[in-house]
Amino acid sequence: MNRLLLSISATLLRARMRQSVVAAVGVAMSIGMYIALSGFMNGLNGLLDGLILNRTPHIRIYNEIQPAEQQPLELQRLIQRTAGDDLAHPFINRIKPKSDQLAVRNALGIIDALRKDPRVDGIAPKVNAQVFFNAGTIEVNGAVNGIDALEEDRLLHFSEYLIGCTVTDLAASANGVVLGKGLADKMLVGLGDAVQVSTIAGDRFTLKVIGFYQSGMADFDNVTCFVTLATAQNLLAKPRSWITDIQVRLKDLAMAPAMAKEYARRFDVEALDIQTANAQFETGSSVRSLISYVVSVVLLLVAGFGIYNILNMMIYEKLDSIAILKATGFSGGDVRVIFINLSMIIGAFGAAGGLLLGGLLAVGIDRIPFHFDALPTMTTYPVDHNLKYYLIGVAFALVTTFIAGLFPARKASRVDPVEIIRGK
Amino acid sequence: MSNGDPIIEARAITKSFHDPVETQVLKGVDLRVMRGEFASVMGKSGCGKSTLLYILSTMDTDYEGELLLDGERITGAPHDHLSRLRNEKIGFVFQFHYLIPEFSVLRNVMLPGLKRGVLDEREVEERAMAHLATMGVAHQANKLANQVSGGEKQRVAIARALINEPLILMCDEPTGNLDSRNSDIVFGIFQALAGQGQSLLVVTHDEDFARKTDRIITMDDGRVTDQGHR
Repeated sequence: MNRLLLSISATLLRARMRQSVVAAVGVAMSIGMYIALSGFMNGLNGLLDGLILNRTPHIRIYNEIQPAEQQPLELQRLIQRTAGDDLAHPFINRIKPKSDQLAVRNALGIIDALRKDPRVDGIAPKVNAQVFFNAGTIEVNGAVNGIDALEEDRLLHFSEYLIGCTVTDLAASANGVVLGKGLADKMLVGLGDAVQVSTIAGDRFTLKVIGFYQSGMADFDNVTCFVTLATAQNLLAKPRSWITDIQVRLKDLAMAPAMAKEYARRFDVEALDIQTANAQFETGSSVRSLISYVVSVVLLLVAGFGIYNILNMMIYEKLDSIAILKATGFSGGDVRVIFINLSMIIGAFGAAGGLLLGGLLAVGIDRIPFHFDALPTMTTYPVDHNLKYYLIGVAFALVTTFIAGLFPARKASRVDPVEIIRGK
Repeated sequence: MSNGDPIIEARAITKSFHDPVETQVLKGVDLRVMRGEFASVMGKSGCGKSTLLYILSTMDTDYEGELLLDGERITGAPHDHLSRLRNEKIGFVFQFHYLIPEFSVLRNVMLPGLKRGVLDEREVEERAMAHLATMGVAHQANKLANQVSGGEKQRVAIARALINEPLILMCDEPTGNLDSRNSDIVFGIFQALAGQGQSLLVVTHDEDFARKTDRIITMDDGRVTDQGHR
């Protein structure tokens, strides 16, 4: 029964081959564009999100140098107010924070505790220090990051920004330094050159340039350099336990705010979660996906109108046939199914073509050379080849063509055969 | 030839057109067609004979009165039910042949049979070929419907009308658009069918044609003026 209606649809369609192909091509174009666009947009989204997500630990534990919350002077006044005016005079004023508080207290103990936490994916300790690079007669401000290179790579994709060396080179080198690209350019040093470093305390060291770092953020690349954790501790003449930042990667990013609060309380430290640190980035990606959806919907609407138009014309031309089908016992419902079938066949072929087109476009875009300062390891445009977009595309095509076919089909089902036969 | 068993019966059928002005085209028509009868409806153009045929055919449901098909009251029946009745019990031949041009001659004949779904496709095809052979157009079976001549189209249309062995064959000016040679062929076919006991109701204004039928029902101005019983 349904096969009969389908074969009638197919025959009517074959008789309008050119129009049908044009309609199907319209659908294919929009689906193909949707798939390519979504893949590309989401590839870029992933890239841009990654720039932030990959460089920002989910939770950063550090010790912020803050003045004491209750200065002794304040306490003194409190005592004065409560105990009467005649008691004691203020004698201590503006207690400054002490410098050794820069490091996280009991950092190794905290790291041990974190390693036992099942929610934690990984931990990368870090030592931050201010130094001066001696370039000829001038001193260039620099920020040294002492890192555990292997962990840093695993958790924060450090190697994606490295030029000229690998993370293992850095991890294995006792006096090697990876200079920010901007910093290296400023000092006119190349691979293998030695650079002089002075610490704030006045100590001087010589480090060998083993590679460059390029994040694409000039302010960052102009001052930053990386050494091993041990080298940084040496520079500062501090023990192995002296760690200024503990970077934590969680298994579930969404838990970061709650866990940051928990750690801050538990270890009595500052803990900053990624959501608080980068509140704006999610807005950017959702806006970009919205744009790609809007463009695709518009394309599909155009294709849908094309189908609607063709079916309407076809029904107009086929009034006689509809009348005869009805006169010989096909019901209004049968006629509706025939015309919806027509539309769905166009939609199905269009969707299949669209999958092919979209796949080819996505592969094509994936091969276009693209150099991005922030990611020196990337050579072509990023494309997200997620099956999801292909499925959404197909579903979208079928729904659109169904709706586009529905209205003409309903019109066809209401054709009054008497009017047609009589009107001849 | 009638044997007293009405296949289709119209009781006091009245129909008006409302557009552009209210005009009554049928004014209380009573009509019975008996099993095996070969009847024709004669009348001047505009007397309502075609309108009556469309009502009898169940396609036009906008009327007052009562209609019985094969003893079943079908006035007010749902459209899907009427579609099935048309498919199973009524065969149609129109003045213009109304074949579906995208389909082959054979397929056109087969469609109502396939729609009925009682026989499988091969059996429907065999039966369709048999009917085409009877109509003398079997050699055109695989041509597209719009590639055969007018007279042949009408014969194909008759074959299509017969595919489900209808209780009654209704024809609206079946020879109105044919030359005399083809008219004769078509009439010959009708006569042969009547000879086999097929009930026929033919609307025509061709007096020669009508005179050769068993019974001439005459209409004038929306009324049956002569039931034509002999």
